[in-house]
Amino acid sequence: MIRFRGVGFSYGGEGAAPILREVSFTVPEGGFRWLLGPSGAGKSSLLRIIYAAARPTAGAAEVLGVEIGRATRRALVALRRQIGVIFQDFRLLPHLSAFDNVALPLRLIGRPEAEIRADVTEMLRWVGLSSRLGERPPLLSGGEQQRVAIARAVITRPRLIVADEPTGNLDEVQAERIMQLLVELNRLGTGVIVATHHTAFLSRHPAPVLRLEGGRLIDEDGA
Amino acid sequence: MSEKERPRPRRRVDELGLRSAFAERSLPFLVAAMAFLGALAVAGMMGAQALARHWEGGGLATLTLEVPSPDLRAGEATRRERVEAVLRASPAVASFRSLEGKDLERLLAPWLGSGRQLDLPLPLVIEVKLAPQADAAPLIAALTALDPTLSVTENARFLRPLVVLARSLEACAALALTVMGGLAMLVVAVATRAVLAARRDSLEIIHGLGASDGYIARRVANRVGLRALSGGFGGVLAAGPVLFALYDLASPFRGLTAGGGGGPAPDWFALLLLPPVAGGIGWTSAFLTVRQWLRRLP
Repeated sequence: MIRFRGVGFSYGGEGAAPILREVSFTVPEGGFRWLLGPSGAGKSSLLRIIYAAARPTAGAAEVLGVEIGRATRRALVALRRQIGVIFQDFRLLPHLSAFDNVALPLRLIGRPEAEIRADVTEMLRWVGLSSRLGERPPLLSGGEQQRVAIARAVITRPRLIVADEPTGNLDEVQAERIMQLLVELNRLGTGVIVATHHTAFLSRHPAPVLRLEGGRLIDEDGA
Repeated sequence: MSEKERPRPRRRVDELGLRSAFAERSLPFLVAAMAFLGALAVAGMMGAQALARHWEGGGLATLTLEVPSPDLRAGEATRRERVEAVLRASPAVASFRSLEGKDLERLLAPWLGSGRQLDLPLPLVIEVKLAPQADAAPLIAALTALDPTLSVTENARFLRPLVVLARSLEACAALALTVMGGLAMLVVAVATRAVLAARRDSLEIIHGLGASDGYIARRVANRVGLRALSGGFGGVLAAGPVLFALYDLASPFRGLTAGGGGGPAPDWFALLLLPPVAGGIGWTSAFLTVRQWLRRLP
């Protein structure tokens, strides 16, 4: 579950222009939410707080039972291992193969190498990349890189997936394929929050919407 | 499971891409240079320490007496017997021995040559070892009062400045070694920061995937520590021939300080400790630097 209560956020401490103001909403465990808003509305900052890459500067943000603002560094590490994150620019490690990129979260939690090989191979097969295991990201297309990123995000069976403009760099066909993967993951019980500009997806995959503007949540449709 | 399907043992994956970081590759050379200087400083320190100990132990607490015409009678006893009686009665004397025969021949060899029959009227030379913390002044007064022609040499008078000099050299070498250690930590910290700056994106991604600070710091520190260790070995190996040459150059000096026992030899084992110390400094410095750098991330 995600629960925001009057959350504010700004870069540079007191006196800096706030990015988020008084944001409050709740997403139940296993829920799906679209996060909409124009550029600069604060979508990425809100997501950064959810996946524990930033702490709120006001209010209280609770994610999967962890109070982000007050949690210890150790607690945040444990929380990050329960959240899969997908970025518009993929954020894959360019010096590692597709296999090693996907295997990374498993290695971080100390999974035995034999299990990793089987799980990663299966996951890359699921996203349609079983023939590209050894390729490095620079040699993959944008759609393939994003599918590697999704495989990496879900390999640990996270409780929550956060996607920040996951289709922003993809063509229509690839974008739809990625969205179908996310919807499928949600159907299997994983919570999903997707920030996007592509409102066309909303009609094809209807779900409640969080709408941000100027750092404020102006609409919590269906929540 | 066929041979082809069986998971192969994997080389440890370099998640952070450290192998290709320039600063990390140049580190062994920097550490080697410091280990080279460190080896010279350690050798200098050991040499100065051994000399100071040698002089303190053997020379400071001794007196050398020269008794001219030792067999000349003065009353009931000879001059030699009277001097020896005073030495036996003094609580300041731990032991004494007369230098005769081969001892005397060796002592005079630099002036008279060795293997010669000594027909000269030589004084009796007595080496007196003083008791610990003993004050030699009353003994010297008693001896000169007994026989004004007696020559008494207090070795401490000329050895003490030499001991102070050796101790000063030892302190300077230790200080140089400490400064070099601090400098090594600083150099490693700067190199580590350069590596972190070059691999910032990778670090942030791995941090975001749930790597703990300790995990990231250990990965970097293990790599940097190994580089520092190899640099340390390189530096000590390079210093080896230089130290052997210096040891050889110092051989006449070793003979002088030998006291017949071979003189202080360098503690080569201490030099072998330098590479692990360099590795330890590298590991610790890198670990602390990474931990501090990671504090900027939540």
